[in-house]
Amino acid sequence: MAVTVSIPTILRTHTGGEKSVEASGKTVLEVIDDIEARHGGLKARLVKDEKLHRFVNVYVNDEDVRFAGGLDAEVKDGDTVTILPAVAGGAR
Amino acid sequence: MFTVLRIRRDLVDAIVAHARRDHPDEACGVIAGPDDGSDRPERFIPMVNAARSPTFYEFDSGDLLKLYREMAANDETPVVIYHSHTATEAYPSRTDIKLAQEPFAHYVLVSTRDADEHEFRSYRIVDGVVTEEPVEVVESYMFANTGSDDVPDA
Repeated sequence: MAVTVSIPTILRTHTGGEKSVEASGKTVLEVIDDIEARHGGLKARLVKDEKLHRFVNVYVNDEDVRFAGGLDAEVKDGDTVTILPAVAGGAR
Repeated sequence: MFTVLRIRRDLVDAIVAHARRDHPDEACGVIAGPDDGSDRPERFIPMVNAARSPTFYEFDSGDLLKLYREMAANDETPVVIYHSHTATEAYPSRTDIKLAQEPFAHYVLVSTRDADEHEFRSYRIVDGVVTEEPVEVVESYMFANTGSDDVPDA
């Protein structure tokens, strides 16, 4: 099960500067674990208390996984997984 | 690292107009530019504040994906990421600092707390460290001074 994972600028220090990496897995969590096995440090930036970090968005193709099972969201061969940090802030 | 935000006047005006329009809610958006190291903000992209709040902003997640795909297709990068503070000064809050995740962007803050005067300031926010930088407003990038001012012409 090969998927392409798009890595945002701020996390490319964990992938040797690569903008995208190949990975395998049947769920988003398996894909993250697979990348973690080769590029240590990425998982801690994405997952907190076994949940996706509130200010990191992960998409399988066009769908935000937050609305599709979170880390358990299904990933199929040929899918594209996109990781994007939220753009957020404010005076609060 | 010493940096400066060099930005066209019409883009500054567009950011301020957006901030005024959405006041008292925070306004947010991006100015994209070529991903070639030129650090030149060119394409104004106002974004919807999905939080619709006077004290918080967040790009809608679907809009965010669309934005980054569009920029990737155009070989662009988010040169400027802007938002407004509507009751406080144009300085990054603790939340702004904690959530800043684009180390190469100029984070522009506009304060609309005063109805007549606005503050327009720019920062780098990297690993929790805020560095304010000067803002140089220009009419056009065409006649750019590409050399350093303190080197006399030969």
